[in-house]
Amino acid sequence: MDQATAAAARAASKPDEHFNIVIVGHVDHGKSTLVGRLYADTGSLPEGKLEKVQAICRQQGKEFEYAFLFDAFLEEQEQGITIDTARTFFIWKGRQYIIIDAPGHKEFLKNMISGAARAEAALLVIDALEGVKEQSKKHGYLLSLLGVRQFAVVVNKMDLVGYRQDVFDGIEKEYREFLGQFGAIPERIIPVSAKLGDNIADRSRAMPWYGGPTVLDTLSLFKKESAAADQPLRFPVQDVYKFDARRIIAGRITAGRLKVGDQLVFCPSNKRANVKSIEAFNVEPLPMSAEAGQSIGVTLDEQIFVERGEIAAHPSDLPHVSTSFKANLFWLGKRPLERGRTYLLRVATKEVECEVAALHRIIDTTDLNQQQGGTVVSRNQVAELTIRTKTPIAFDLSSSFEATGRFVLVDEYDIAGGGIVTEMVPDDQESLREEARRRDFAWVKGEVSIEDRAKHYGHRSAVVLFTGGRHTGKSLLARKLEGRLIADGRHAYLLDGENLRRGLDADLSEEEKGLTAEMARRYGEVARLLIDTGLIVVSTTNPFGLAYREASQAIRTLVHPAPVIAVHVSKTAEEPPPNTDVIVNGPVDLDVAIKQVMDALKQRGVLDETLGAKPTFQYSI
Amino acid sequence: MKHLRELEDQSVYIFREAYKHFDNLAMLWSMGKDSTVLLWLARKAFFGHVPFPLLHVDTSYKIPAMIEYRDRLAREWRLNLVVGQNKEALAAGMNHTMGRDVCCTALKTMALKHLIESNGYTGIILGVRADEDSTRAKERYFSPRDKHGDWDFRDQPPELWNQFKTTFPPGTHIRIHPLLDWTEVNIWEYIKAENIPFIDLYLDKGDGTRYRSLGCAPCTTPVKSTAKTVDEIIEELRATNIAERSGRAQDAGRGMEMLRKKGYM
Repeated sequence: MDQATAAAARAASKPDEHFNIVIVGHVDHGKSTLVGRLYADTGSLPEGKLEKVQAICRQQGKEFEYAFLFDAFLEEQEQGITIDTARTFFIWKGRQYIIIDAPGHKEFLKNMISGAARAEAALLVIDALEGVKEQSKKHGYLLSLLGVRQFAVVVNKMDLVGYRQDVFDGIEKEYREFLGQFGAIPERIIPVSAKLGDNIADRSRAMPWYGGPTVLDTLSLFKKESAAADQPLRFPVQDVYKFDARRIIAGRITAGRLKVGDQLVFCPSNKRANVKSIEAFNVEPLPMSAEAGQSIGVTLDEQIFVERGEIAAHPSDLPHVSTSFKANLFWLGKRPLERGRTYLLRVATKEVECEVAALHRIIDTTDLNQQQGGTVVSRNQVAELTIRTKTPIAFDLSSSFEATGRFVLVDEYDIAGGGIVTEMVPDDQESLREEARRRDFAWVKGEVSIEDRAKHYGHRSAVVLFTGGRHTGKSLLARKLEGRLIADGRHAYLLDGENLRRGLDADLSEEEKGLTAEMARRYGEVARLLIDTGLIVVSTTNPFGLAYREASQAIRTLVHPAPVIAVHVSKTAEEPPPNTDVIVNGPVDLDVAIKQVMDALKQRGVLDETLGAKPTFQYSI
Repeated sequence: MKHLRELEDQSVYIFREAYKHFDNLAMLWSMGKDSTVLLWLARKAFFGHVPFPLLHVDTSYKIPAMIEYRDRLAREWRLNLVVGQNKEALAAGMNHTMGRDVCCTALKTMALKHLIESNGYTGIILGVRADEDSTRAKERYFSPRDKHGDWDFRDQPPELWNQFKTTFPPGTHIRIHPLLDWTEVNIWEYIKAENIPFIDLYLDKGDGTRYRSLGCAPCTTPVKSTAKTVDEIIEELRATNIAERSGRAQDAGRGMEMLRKKGYM
């Protein structure tokens, strides 16, 4: 393509859309060369750039390569490999492309993944002389896992195999078979020589047997996907702002659309409110609706307490809620992923502690062989596993929703893995959770809201739950705590299970009273009522004897989303139930124990003077 | 327009992630077109507010009109402006004739590091763009700096699906880059679309030159241009093949790579 034609094509196109393309493939198969050539042939390089890099090459006595245009670091040029992804830009026929050149060396897989994760389409480069290699396969598999469904395969260095069609056909057959194993289908396969410019911007005269589009034409043929707006609504809460009179729920819509007046359900808390306004800066008049992709802020008609991490949806189509799901995950961590270790899980804006409950198999991405069992996933491996979270979270399957169906795991300070949710695993709280959801949806409210009560009382409602075996001093502690809270001017009530047995539970036979599930359900529903009165409910698992673990879990599910401060009391050190906040063992020092519980209440934001480091911007009670 | 809104949505998302995760956050403002668009995007993200301080690293060699513009906007938009300066180096007579890298390192990098350390900032928002130079093209949205402020480009954190690196060991900090995906043309298109006030040094005022990139007076030269309006700038940039920072002296040779490894913006 001559410079004048290229310049005309660029000038004629005022871009009104962006398109992210990632270039992937095995090391040395010519990805950076392809990008360099694409820019040179479309006249997209700044003036003097080519000459500057050519001059550096002459100075260093080495042959110029197009790859040097984007391999910015000295180390990259010296070793002739790309270390990290570069974002480069060019405009062609009404589109502004961001080309992400990903490294092909296996050392830098995490950089390749970072590049591919933000791409809308990919070009996967294979060297005609070397054929399909390890990273060609791994990258092909990861594109599929990362959700990049549009891609084309570029068979490069055709000049080195004499532009022979049989070589090209062999690679095409082999690679299509590999991709077929996980259902990936390339849009097209293109024979090129990036170095010599065959089929990059101009059609190659050396390969008359190829009738398909050039690489440049292929880019234009990739489609902009905008289907997310037509899906059911998913609006993960990113933050809640109170900079001025407005209390704004901020976030980015990841699927569907919302409009003023819509009823939103926040999951997993099941709180509901209607959209009063969509707020915006320097927009006149304010928008009445918003859709997938937009970063927005809404105000609600009721002052409900919602937190970052909840997903707002329309009542007709809610996300899953559970503490467990199955997933496919790739691991990039410096140390292996292990069962039993705690990681931080992030799904959309939710962050929660989790662990690997089961490791089903490890997938070798070069031959797709499956290795059963195993207890660790090493760096750059892909595994199928079940994750269990500390508290229930809202999520979707990645087959239905992209953004809320994928997650990352954080190990210590680093994002160490990414995965897609393949299956929701119902946990043992499923039926109680459903009961709570149905009950909360139909809850009849008075004129006084729970937030009004919180403001009036100077604290939010909460449950302090003492767990432990018999004769450990739970009751005494609970009594002392109730007394202390009242003395401090709080509104607290000791809910003793004995008082339920003879009244509310009078309809049950002695045998039925021995069934933990039903007794816990009743206790939990009473606690839920007291929560609605704005009280801090102090309770013990005394009525449930040694079944306190099961009972405390049921109570948690039924009072959700009220904060539960769990205190485990034991005579000797023992494993407390999950999510215990305070552990008291050995001889009980009442004053110390009470102080620990009070600190936990403050830390959880139950008591009013405890708001965080940015008090003016938090939800204020 | 659609592509500008896409860029805006992503930048706003990054701003809000930064604000949520960093208790001690600050933003660099050089009064240039990029960091002023950055400031505007902060007001978009926080509905007219800028809930963190703006840092200006003042080398004392800035063009005077830039300081006037800074003080005016700070007043009108009620900004919390923090100005940092390497006074010792200036007192010792530091200037560009001692070597551009030496001068940039002393008056910009060192002054910035000092500002960060003395205020304990753990997150710094900057307006760098990937298309400015080839090392910035390799940046992450959330990019860690070690105890010395250095950038380990060989081992950058993965960035997946808008999940960013927001946890870090004590003593280190994170640089946050909401404008990474914007090009120079996008910046001007957005200035036009939102009617953002900018310094008129970017326009030709009759002598056939204008500044395309603003830095210190001695090391920044105007380019030949007759663009007198934002529209004309956009037209000119769509057709040009001249690099944006061609008027910036520190970019010569491997200047930016060396400077940025040591903590330059």
